[in-house]
Amino acid sequence: MSQPVASEVAVVVSGVHKVFNVDSADEVTALSDIDLTIGAGEFVSLIGPSGCGKSTLLRLIGDLLTPSVGEVTVFGKPAHAARLDQDYGMVFQHAGLFDWRRVAANIELPLELRGWSRVDRAARSAEMLELVRLPEFGGHYPRQLSGGMQQRVSIARALSFQPKLLLMDEPFGALDEMTREHMQLELLRIWRETGTTVVFVTHSVSESTFLSSRVVVLSARPGRIHSIVDVDLGDRTDDTREDPAFFAKATEVREALRGRGGAR
Amino acid sequence: MIRNRLTGLGPPMVVGVAGLGLWEGIVWGFGIREFLLPRPSSIMDRLSENWPMLRQAGWETGRIAVSGLVAGIVAGVLLALVTTRFRTLNEGLTPLAVAVNATPIVALAPIFNAWFGITGTLSNQAVVVAIVFFPVFINTARGLTEVHPDELELMRSYAAGEWTILREVRIPNALPFFANALRVVAPLSVIAAIVAEYFGGPQNRIGNIITSSAAFARYDVAWAAIAVASAVGLGLFAAALLLERVSMPWRLVDGGSENHNTPGREK
Repeated sequence: MSQPVASEVAVVVSGVHKVFNVDSADEVTALSDIDLTIGAGEFVSLIGPSGCGKSTLLRLIGDLLTPSVGEVTVFGKPAHAARLDQDYGMVFQHAGLFDWRRVAANIELPLELRGWSRVDRAARSAEMLELVRLPEFGGHYPRQLSGGMQQRVSIARALSFQPKLLLMDEPFGALDEMTREHMQLELLRIWRETGTTVVFVTHSVSESTFLSSRVVVLSARPGRIHSIVDVDLGDRTDDTREDPAFFAKATEVREALRGRGGAR
Repeated sequence: MIRNRLTGLGPPMVVGVAGLGLWEGIVWGFGIREFLLPRPSSIMDRLSENWPMLRQAGWETGRIAVSGLVAGIVAGVLLALVTTRFRTLNEGLTPLAVAVNATPIVALAPIFNAWFGITGTLSNQAVVVAIVFFPVFINTARGLTEVHPDELELMRSYAAGEWTILREVRIPNALPFFANALRVVAPLSVIAAIVAEYFGGPQNRIGNIITSSAAFARYDVAWAAIAVASAVGLGLFAAALLLERVSMPWRLVDGGSENHNTPGREK
């Protein structure tokens, strides 16, 4: 299930450096020397201490930032072209739903911007609400939903136009532990059902190990790729969390985070 | 919800009626002379005696307030939109607007009389416009610019242009800020109109009925005119609240911990 199709490549980051506030007193190198290839259908986590540039890397892939040096390609085209073609969906830590739109209308926003007809939009948002298991909530306003439900809507919105790539920036960071574990299983189900490539930023060792086919461990200041840990735990269930193999992988990721083992 | 709002009217009604009763009682009990503080009942008498004149005056003053209010709102919103779109203009204009806002604009009323004529309504309307404009401009501009960065990144990820972002994000985001400004300026427009009328403009408006009644020691008539003015101000405030509810249905739903009275959302 987690085997990337070798022939299709989703994201290529090559020789990327990112420097903020160039030529000023507070110039800071956020990322240095980043090379990363992500296959189509993979679930890849970016993990690292705060300030390591993992969110920056995600934004470079999404062309919300541009690299100072190097290049990023998404499905074979420059990241900029991929953004204009809306090849990816984005989910933030804060659900970022618009208060003034009902849940269904929030999900339909990207479709509206693409000029879909009302009927097609309604059909798709109903489908997406089924996918995230909130079928009765289309007519609600976001503020009527809990944090976890809002985040599901945010995922539904990101997937509404069936992008081949989903960029997620600590999407479950603000949720409580129970909701978080539930959302992780839901996300894996959605990933399997849609076949989307996922790039997932987190600072949780267990979360990255549980979700990913590969964990990219970044070191801080300047952010570099310390190591990449392959995780093959088969189909994840709640039992996986208590599996010795899971603990072993989580330990490997944790060690890498501390700067030990697996250094390139 | 409607039942709640009706039962919510109970306590202020009781307090209001009790307050009027107390006022009546104090004036009567302590023998306060009517020209210092008339009793509510004699104000009511003057109100009904002079009703045709006072109703006409309330209508005319209300028209000045509303026309100035609408013009000030249109100008404030338009300038807020322009400054949001063009950043350099924003950086130059906003501090200036804040500074001008700090000056007491009613003090300009005699000067506006010289500019726009002392006998017409234009100078009075100009005072209202000047008072209404700044709170609307500053609040709306804040609402248009204080958008959560995630929401802007989201729109950029959809390859949305500035116009789309303005329509889909900035304007709806600014609505609560605008509504707060409206709550302030709607009753303020009546105050501005009356103060402007103290200094000039056509006769038989609320402002000059108050000044001329006071000049002839007809304080009870002045109080009756003040009562009419409060009714007009209250009416405009109620209209502002109604507009707020109609234009932002999402703020009426239950749930969430957000305070309905403050603009912006906790993020």
